[in-house]
Amino acid sequence: MPNPGRGRAEIPNPAVAAVGQGGPTIALRDVMKRFRTSRGDFYVAVHSLTFDVAGGEFCAIVGPTGSGKSTTLNLIAGLDTPSRGQAFVLGQPVTGPNAGVGYMFQTDAVFPWKNVLANVATGPLYRGAGREEAVRRAREWIGRVGLAGFGDRYPSQLSGGMRKRVALAQTLINEPAVLLMDEPFASLDVQTRTMMENELLELWSGTSASVVFVTHDLEEAIALADRVLVFTAAPATLKRSYEIDLPRPRNVTEVRFDPRFTQLYEHIWQDLRDEAVIAYERSLQQVRS
Amino acid sequence: MSGLSNKSGLSPRPVEALTAEEQAAEVADRRRARLERFWQGAIFVFIVGGWEISARTGVADPFFFGQPSGVIATIWRWSTRGTPQGPLWQHVVVTLEEAVLAFCIGVVIGVVAGFALGRNRMLAAAFGPYIRMGNAIPRVILGSIFVIWLGLDMASKVALGVTLVFFIVFFNAFQGVREVDPNLVNNARLLGAGPRQLSFDVMLPAALGWIISSLHTSFGFALVGAVVGEFLGATHGLGYLVASAQGAFNANGVFAAMAILSVVALIADFLVTRLERRLTPWRQTATRSSL
Ligand SMILES: Nc1ncnc2c1ncn2[C@@H]1O[C@H](COP(=O)(O)OP(=O)(O)OP(=O)(O)O)[C@@H](O)[C@H]1O
Ligand SMILES: [Mg+2]
Repeated sequence: MPNPGRGRAEIPNPAVAAVGQGGPTIALRDVMKRFRTSRGDFYVAVHSLTFDVAGGEFCAIVGPTGSGKSTTLNLIAGLDTPSRGQAFVLGQPVTGPNAGVGYMFQTDAVFPWKNVLANVATGPLYRGAGREEAVRRAREWIGRVGLAGFGDRYPSQLSGGMRKRVALAQTLINEPAVLLMDEPFASLDVQTRTMMENELLELWSGTSASVVFVTHDLEEAIALADRVLVFTAAPATLKRSYEIDLPRPRNVTEVRFDPRFTQLYEHIWQDLRDEAVIAYERSLQQVRS
Repeated sequence: MSGLSNKSGLSPRPVEALTAEEQAAEVADRRRARLERFWQGAIFVFIVGGWEISARTGVADPFFFGQPSGVIATIWRWSTRGTPQGPLWQHVVVTLEEAVLAFCIGVVIGVVAGFALGRNRMLAAAFGPYIRMGNAIPRVILGSIFVIWLGLDMASKVALGVTLVFFIVFFNAFQGVREVDPNLVNNARLLGAGPRQLSFDVMLPAALGWIISSLHTSFGFALVGAVVGEFLGATHGLGYLVASAQGAFNANGVFAAMAILSVVALIADFLVTRLERRLTPWRQTATRSSL
């Protein structure tokens, strides 16, 4: 396979044509990312990664810990550059943070010195909206994520679930064409989590955004997504892609009782468990050596 | 009533009378607070009383060690009839003026330099070693040089104070910028922040905690700079009062000037705490609203 990453912008690139206008919203072409370790050699986080996400598609990524899921999102977001290969968003090669991309991070990233209203209004203000306009839209989104009346609270005065809602509103207010979410609800209790998942589906159905949703929880992945990508243990790559043909609109609680859900779950679980076992054995080996 | 009011989670419960346990806990809290204040007072009485007694019984010669009653008498005399070197308030004002000037100049230069070097690796690498070297110079020696260069006026004291304040604020601002959570920076970049917005809307507030925590120490050092500078050579100020009292072998005078200095320092510390609350409302609101 030709290596599109070599000829960055100047040289005509066959991959660019392939993912040009009207193509997939996100495209990764033979992407590899490696990090230099403290010993001086390289650690390959992901390699040979090629997949597309279509416009308006909800795509979930599952894989054992350390399989480069966060790294993949960082590459799509333009926070990191691939060591080899190329990522494309909206038909353009990714060279840095892209205005069309929203990212909910694995760890809390709301600004502790801003109250809820200012946090949510941050995006529009950075993008040149007037103060009044930004505040008006922020209030709208605060209401939409169920935080009406909490606008003047600081993040330290909110519960973990409420902080996630702030982060969600902060990201969605920019109306991103691509929404990246890195285990956004992992730290929440089951009830709050289910509620947030349903809210996310409802908010998303009102947009045409493509979503890449990373999670450890296979049930969550199947309940939410149109497609589930399973990553292998490190050095990670895409193992298999599963279409989730459950009907929409979905309720994440009810869909779990669908016989088709159980069938899909068992199927994907086999795959995932194999990788988890490999990852676990490898970590044991590392401890021994 | 208690059963029903639970159902609507949002409406606050009506204020209920304290239970016996809560009341007992509050009483115990208040008793402990009183006991703490008692011990604070007791230690003061013990030290000052012991000093006074040993001065009166001749255990400690009051000529060398002074005497609390003499110190109080000196402060009283100075504030009512002025010091041998002029009215007391003049000396206090001069020292404060020098300290505040040194503080403001040092903080501004320190924040700007720390911020610039924290943001720019090249600058940090180029200037870093020299700044560390500058910080290693003993400041008292600098004080003597400043008196020679800038004379006996305020300028030499302010300069000494600035060299003390600058380094404290600089290192804190630098560290603050370097330790900004990379997640917050990434989040801001994806929300659309440009370099200016990253600097002033993310890095600066994130580093503010570090900078502010250095303000307490630096005002103390600004005072030290002023007083040491006055001690080395001046015509006004609390340090000059100390030097004069020392020249006249007046131990009570030295202690009196020291006592006045500590009161000034305490008031300044209180004001800096107020400033801190104003500048970082996101930290205090939780405790303030519970008061
Ligand atoms: N900046 C970096 N420098 C060195 N190694 C890194 C860096 N970022 C990630 N890695 C390594 O790359 C691998 C993949 O990391 P990544 O965070 O993408 O995993 P993940 O799939 O998101 O894991 P988790 O599910 O636990 O979040 C890890 O082994 C990690 O140690
Ligand atoms: Mg991760």
